[in-house]
Amino acid sequence: MSTPILKVENLQKRFGGLTATDDVSLTVTAGEIHALIGPNGAGKTTLISQLFGELAHDAGSIALNGQKIDALSTPDRVARGLARTFQITCLLPDYTALQNVSIACQVHRGHSFHFMTDAHGNSELKEEAQSYLERVGLSDRGGALVANLAHGERKQLELAIALATRPRLLLLDEPMAGLGHVETQQMVALLRSLKGQFSMLLVEHDMDAVFALADRISVLVYGRIIATGSAEEIRRNADVKTAYLGEGDELC
Amino acid sequence: MTQSSSKFLISVCVMVALVALPFFADMLGQPALTSLATRVLIYGIAAASLNFVLGFGGMVSFGHAAFFGVGGYVVGILYQHYASGEPLFGFLPGTNQLLVTLPAAVLISGAVAAVIGALSLRTSGVQFIMITLAFAQMLFFFFVSLKAYGGDDGLIIRRANEVPGLNMRDKQTIYYVCLVAAIVFFALLSKLVNSRFGYVIAGLRQSEQRMAAIGLSAYRYKLVAFVISGMGAGLAGALMANFMRFASPDMLHWTKSGELMVMVILGGVGTVFGPLIGAGTFIVLESLLASWTENWQLGLGLILLFVVLYTQGGVQALLERVFGRRS
Repeated sequence: MSTPILKVENLQKRFGGLTATDDVSLTVTAGEIHALIGPNGAGKTTLISQLFGELAHDAGSIALNGQKIDALSTPDRVARGLARTFQITCLLPDYTALQNVSIACQVHRGHSFHFMTDAHGNSELKEEAQSYLERVGLSDRGGALVANLAHGERKQLELAIALATRPRLLLLDEPMAGLGHVETQQMVALLRSLKGQFSMLLVEHDMDAVFALADRISVLVYGRIIATGSAEEIRRNADVKTAYLGEGDELC
Repeated sequence: MTQSSSKFLISVCVMVALVALPFFADMLGQPALTSLATRVLIYGIAAASLNFVLGFGGMVSFGHAAFFGVGGYVVGILYQHYASGEPLFGFLPGTNQLLVTLPAAVLISGAVAAVIGALSLRTSGVQFIMITLAFAQMLFFFFVSLKAYGGDDGLIIRRANEVPGLNMRDKQTIYYVCLVAAIVFFALLSKLVNSRFGYVIAGLRQSEQRMAAIGLSAYRYKLVAFVISGMGAGLAGALMANFMRFASPDMLHWTKSGELMVMVILGGVGTVFGPLIGAGTFIVLESLLASWTENWQLGLGLILLFVVLYTQGGVQALLERVFGRRS
């Protein structure tokens, strides 16, 4: 079997007495969508933040494409092909949608110590950014300020920016959170269209979306992975049922 | 009329007015106006430099007087060694040539900004404000205790620096020198804020987390922005030392950092020309109010309150709204 894109081994993170990530091991293979589900407070976002280098882990190791990235800063991990979207959207509010993407294209192209080159008039950057907007279905919203975008559009923009960094692995933190039914369908279709081109670790609460997209699913409860398997295996798993699906009203 | 052509028209009008200002001042029998305008230009450069880190980059530096003062002292110290004939550090000859002292002041204040910035930028928010203030105060007390260069009393520069072919003893000539410096400075600054570098600096203000997530290491970019900003303030300080023919620790006092910040806020945070307008407003108000009352700061404070509460972006935004340039 080829080297997995992402290999996490025995990852641990403690906040005082609370063990937020408890001996987590998981892999994402090339082209796979690996979903991570779990009840609220299970530590899913905490795990994503550690993979992305925004939080330092206490023990364990993270390897991207066979290379350890534990000591690398977030920008260095991005340079190695990691990208994330944020559950609570994190965008540049004073810039337009197009500018949000084109700045990512600009950073991807190398350093930005160009003191006199006009950034806004650069048609090459603009075209590249526009192509990413088209890909996520925002082609006619490029000129809109982020402040004027609807919630669903911001989620799409998050994805366009992540794609503009030309990642190998996308860490998607609840891309459907807060979306309406139709928007969720669109996002599922969009992610499905990207399947195969990018590997994804998908954190999501929407079970229909997860079962529709994921090749494999891991269930995280109180910082521990209690089961990993195909959608069917997870559905049948007794532990998962009691810990997660069984608690009917906590489903979302 | 389109927006860009009206913008062009306004800048032409402002340029003509600035060039003609000394003649009008003489005609009106108010030569002091020229001096007032010189100070506005100089403080405008300093405030716009501060605004590059504060308004565009979101780094609230409370120590920019340090770079302003260092720029002034470079001119003063080089002049003192020129006058006494003793070389600085035993090997560097002093000079009174503006074309040498200005670049020297810019470079040295940039170097000081690099040191202060390298340490301060490891923090952010309130800590950054306090640490920049602390560094500026350290430099202030350093110059106070620097007895060889006047200590507390400051350093008198008997004659302004010379420029070949110009009579720098004439206040009008100094005004034009400052005007040329300001034009070059603001031309470069407007290029800079629209450059790729300016683009990421403004991005860092909006969200450092987002910039990291697209792969940008913030620290180096912030440091370079801080150095550029310090160089601009140093340029202003060097011009000020030539204009006042005096460099003193007062130039580095924390109240000066505060004044620069007030100019930025008065004029318009995060705009290219706002700080220049702010400097003009500040200095004109200062002289007007001071001619009425000793307690001119009270009046200025009230006006600042009004600007902050009601103009949504300083005098520049107010002007734009009054003349309807923004729909």
